[in-house]
Amino acid sequence: MGCHLCEYYCAFAHSGKIDMVKAFSGDSKPQPRLTIEEGDSINFAVSCRHCETPLCVKSCITGAMQKDEDGRVFVDESRCVGCYTCILVCPYGSVIPGKEKAIKKCDLCIESGKPACAENCPNLAIVYEERG
Amino acid sequence: MKYVIIGNSAAAIGCISGIRTIDGESSITLISDEPHFTYSRPLISYWLKGKVTDDKMYYRSIDFYEKNNCTALLGKKAEKIDTNAKKVVLEDGSTVEYDKLLVATGSSPFVPPVEGLSNANNAFTFLNWDSAKAVKEAANKDSKVVIMGAGLIGLKAAEGLHEVCDDITVVDLADRVLPSILDAEGAGMVQKHIEKEGIKFLLNDAASAVKGNTIVLKSGKELAYDVLIVAVGVRPNTGLVKDAGGEVNRGIVTDSRQATSLHDVYSAGDCTESLDICTGQSKILALLPNAYFQGETAGINMAGGNQTYDTAMPMNAIGFFGLHMLTAGAMEGECFEEIDENNYKRMFFSDGLLKGFILIGEIDRAGIYTSLIREKTPMDQIDSNLLKVNPQLMVFDKKARMQKLAGGK
Amino acid sequence: MGINYFTPQYEVCRDPKKCIKCKVCMRQCANEVHSYDEELDMMVADDSKCVDCQRCVSLCPTRALRITKYQNEFKENANWTQQHITEIYKQANTGGVLLSSMGNPVPYPIYWDKLLINASQVTNPSIDPLREPMETRVQLGSKPQKLEFDEDGKLKTKIAPHLDLQVPIMFSAMSYGSISRNAHESLARAAEELGTYYNTGEGGLNEDFYQYGKNTIVQVASGRFGVHVGYLSAGAAIEIKMGQGAKPGIGGHLPGEKVGEDVSKTRMIPVGSDAISPAPHHDIYSIEDLRQLVFSLKEATAYTKPVIVKIAAVHNVAAIASGIARSGADIIAIDGYRGGTGAAPTRIRDNVGIPIELALASVDQRLRDEGIRNNVSLVVAGSIRNSGDIVKAIALGADAVYIGTSALIALGCHVCRSCHGGKCNWGIATQRPDLVKRLNPDIGYKRLINLVHAWDHEIKEMLGGMGINAIESLKGNRLMLRGIGLSQKELDILGVMHAGE
Repeated sequence: MGCHLCEYYCAFAHSGKIDMVKAFSGDSKPQPRLTIEEGDSINFAVSCRHCETPLCVKSCITGAMQKDEDGRVFVDESRCVGCYTCILVCPYGSVIPGKEKAIKKCDLCIESGKPACAENCPNLAIVYEERG
Repeated sequence: MKYVIIGNSAAAIGCISGIRTIDGESSITLISDEPHFTYSRPLISYWLKGKVTDDKMYYRSIDFYEKNNCTALLGKKAEKIDTNAKKVVLEDGSTVEYDKLLVATGSSPFVPPVEGLSNANNAFTFLNWDSAKAVKEAANKDSKVVIMGAGLIGLKAAEGLHEVCDDITVVDLADRVLPSILDAEGAGMVQKHIEKEGIKFLLNDAASAVKGNTIVLKSGKELAYDVLIVAVGVRPNTGLVKDAGGEVNRGIVTDSRQATSLHDVYSAGDCTESLDICTGQSKILALLPNAYFQGETAGINMAGGNQTYDTAMPMNAIGFFGLHMLTAGAMEGECFEEIDENNYKRMFFSDGLLKGFILIGEIDRAGIYTSLIREKTPMDQIDSNLLKVNPQLMVFDKKARMQKLAGGK
Repeated sequence: MGINYFTPQYEVCRDPKKCIKCKVCMRQCANEVHSYDEELDMMVADDSKCVDCQRCVSLCPTRALRITKYQNEFKENANWTQQHITEIYKQANTGGVLLSSMGNPVPYPIYWDKLLINASQVTNPSIDPLREPMETRVQLGSKPQKLEFDEDGKLKTKIAPHLDLQVPIMFSAMSYGSISRNAHESLARAAEELGTYYNTGEGGLNEDFYQYGKNTIVQVASGRFGVHVGYLSAGAAIEIKMGQGAKPGIGGHLPGEKVGEDVSKTRMIPVGSDAISPAPHHDIYSIEDLRQLVFSLKEATAYTKPVIVKIAAVHNVAAIASGIARSGADIIAIDGYRGGTGAAPTRIRDNVGIPIELALASVDQRLRDEGIRNNVSLVVAGSIRNSGDIVKAIALGADAVYIGTSALIALGCHVCRSCHGGKCNWGIATQRPDLVKRLNPDIGYKRLINLVHAWDHEIKEMLGGMGINAIESLKGNRLMLRGIGLSQKELDILGVMHAGE
C-alpha cells in the first residue's frame, strides 16, 4: 500500500541500533536492502528472492556472494570489492549498491530470525514463507 | 569415475560445483600451473592498491578442495592430453588418468611484436597474481608508469597503481578507452573521469619500438618509463586441445554442453568460444561469470547430467575511481539514450527485443535489463516506455509480476 | 467568502525528537494533512484537513504522532456551543445541507448502559460454559404455532424457510459502494466461516461474491438497484429495506462519479449516472402493498427463502411491526437511530428516530400481545457495541442482532465519521483503489471472526451466569434485566423492573 515502512524497518534492523529514532538520527541514515516500486495504485517491495540457482552467487568474482545450507543467499561484506557484477545479473534488481564499498542485500534478518520487513508490514503484503 | 580439471579459476571451480550436484563421491583432480589456492584474478588490481589483502584473494573458502574431495596439483603444468590412453601428461613427465576431463586453461597475455619489447627492462604483463606481485615489486612512488592498452586490464592496472605511483600514462591504438565495451561517448565520459585522477592518455597511438627505458611511439613521440605494463589483449590457451586434435577456432570449440570434439574432454572459460545470444556469433567471451556457468555446465555433464548453457552474452561490470559502468549485450540496433553530466544510459533494441545496454553512473537494478536480454522478452509484452525510465519489475503485467515475486499466487 | 471563520477541529502533535521523517504519515493520509518541508527538513501538518482517523498515529513507527482536539475555544455557552456556531458558519458559507456519516453521536441516553444483567446465586445454579454445552445457535424465520405429526411420528407441519445462525450475530447491510470491495470480501468470508450472514446492502451483488451466496442476505431497496432473479436466488434470504436507522424517511444518493464500470454493472445502471434511491418504495403505500412485494419476492424464489423487512425505529414502530408481521414477512429487522451510514444529512441523523432498546421492547411486547410473535423473528441493529448489548437485546426480545459499525471497527475503522468524503484512510468506506488495498481481506476476515468468537464466548459466560444454557431460553426473558437510573415510564416501556426490585 506504499507506506514504505518495510524500507525503514529494514534499514533499522541493519543499523545495529536498538532504537529506531536513534538509528535515523545523525547524518548517515541506515540503508534499506529492498526497493519499493510504485505505480498507479500499485506498490510492491522487492527484496532478494534467495533464488534456487542464484545468478549473483555464480557470477560473483570474489566468492563473497554465497548460498548457505539453508538456502539463504548472503554476501560476505569483507570479501566484496563492489564490482557490481551481482547488480548486473540479478533479474529482480535486488542487490543494492552500498554507501561504502560492499553491496547490500536482504539477509532475511538472520540474526533475529524474522525478516523485519515482513514482521512489520501492516497489511501482510510482505510475507516470509518457504517455497519449494 | 575419475574427473580431472586443468585450470584453477572460475571455470574449474564451477566445474567442481557442477560435478558435486550429481556425483558426491568420485575423486576430482585439479591441475594448475599456478602455485596458489584458487583465487580471483580480477582482484589483482584491488590487491595492487591494497584494497584486498592476501587472505581475501581466495575465490572460495580455504577448505574448498577438501570439502569437495578434490586433489589439487598446484604449480604443475599440463603438457599434453593423450586421448587414447585418457591421461594428461604433466611437465615433469608424470601422468594423471581421467575418465572425464575439463580443459579450463584460460588465456595468456598477448605481447605484440614490437621491436625490443620482448626483452625490455621492467616490462610486465598484468593477468595473474604473480604478475601483479612483480609489478608491485618494481613500482614505487616516483616510478613513471606506461601502460600499453586502455582496455579493462590496462585501466584496472592503472587504477591499482594509482595508489602507488603518481605518473601514469596509458597508450592505446584505439581512439577511445575500453573500446571493447563502450561506445565513443561513453568512453569519453569514463576517460574524463579517470583523467581527473591525474592519469594521462595517449590514444590513437602505439609503441613502435622499445629502446632502453624509452618507448618510441608510432607518432614519433618518445616516452621514458620506469615500469611498463603490456595489456593489449589476451590469447586463449588452446594448445592442449589443438595438439590432441580437437577443434579449435580462435578459442576451443564446444557444444552447448561444453563438450569439445574430443571424446570425454570438456572445456570452459576464457580458452573457449561461446555463442553470443545477442548476435548469434561464436566468440570468446572472457568473463568470469561466463567461465563459471560454462564450468558448472561442463561439470554437470561430466557427471552424467544433461545441462546446456545457452545464455552467454557479453557482460561487464566494472568501475574506476568510484565511477561504475555496467554493460551487456550487443551495442547495435535502435538506440535509446539518456545522458547527463554524471550518468550515461544507452539501450539498444532490435527485432522487438532489448539487445544491449550501457549504463555509467546510475546503475541500480541493471540486472532487470540483463534478464530481459537473456530471456529475450518481447518488448511488446512489457511496458517498454517505463523500462526506459528505470529498470523495474513494474514493466511486467500483473500476472508476470505475481509469477516472479509471489510464486504465481 | 471573506473571512475564514473556521478553526481546525484537531491538532496534529508531532514530537520532533521522535520523528525520523520516514513520511509514512504523508504517504498514508488521503486528506493530505502531512507534508515534508525540504527547507526546514522536517514534516509539517495542515491541521485543518485532519479528520482524526488516527491512520498516521497507528502507522508511525516511532510513535511520534498524537492527534488532539484543537484547543481553541469560543466563549463558553451551554446553548450556543462551538459546534452549533460552526455549523451555522458552514451553512452560511455554502447554503448546503450538512452531511455526516456513521451513527448519531449526540449524547442521548443509551439504554443498554442503563440495563443490568442478572446472575444466579445459590438457587438455580450457574453453569460453566467451559464444562457444559451451551447453545448460541439461532434459527430465524416464521415459527409454526403448533406442530403436527402423522401416524409414523413424522412431522406433518410445513416449516417455513429460515436462516441458521451459529451465533446470534449477523453483519448489517452495507452496500458495495458505501464500503469497499475488500471490506465486503472480509465480511463475506467471515460470515461463511462463522456460519452466519452478511448483507449486500442496496447496491446489488458483484459476480465475484456469488460464491458466498449461502451466507448472503440480498437486499431490495427503493431504488431496486441490481435486482434480478439471479440476484434474488443467489442469497440465503431477501431483505426489503424500508428504512435505515441513521436516516429514517430519507432516500439515498450515490453520486455519478462513484458509478464506475464495476458499480455500474452491479447496480445495473449506466456508468456515471447518479443512483438515486427514493425515500419511499413507490409501489408501497400500505401494508397490503408491502405484502405484495413480499410475496412477489417469495414467488420469484419459489418460496425457498425467508423474507426480511427492515425498518428504522420510529415513533409508532410497534404498530408498523405488527403490520409487517402480518404481511408475510419472516423476519423483521429494526434499526435504531444510532445505526451507521455512509452519508446522511446531519440533522436527520441527529434528530430523527428513536433508540433501538425502546423500539425493540415495544415491538416484542406488541407482537406478543397480539399473539403473532412467532410469525416473525426480530433482528435488531443500531449500535450494538459489545456482547453485553447483545445479551440485553435478546433478553428484551430480539432473536439476533445485526452489527455494522462494530464490524467496521474490527476492520480498523476509527469512527471518524468522514465516510461521506470517500477518502477513508483505512480502506473501508472508499472506492479509491490505492486506499481500498490498505484493507487486506486476509487480515480483515480473521479480525471479524476473532471479534465474533470473542463475543460468543462472552455471551456464553453471561448465559451460564444466569443459569441458562441456550440463547433461546433468554429470548424475551426480561426478568433477567433490571433498569438503573430510569424513570417509571422508561421501565414500563422496556418491561423491566428497577434494580433492587
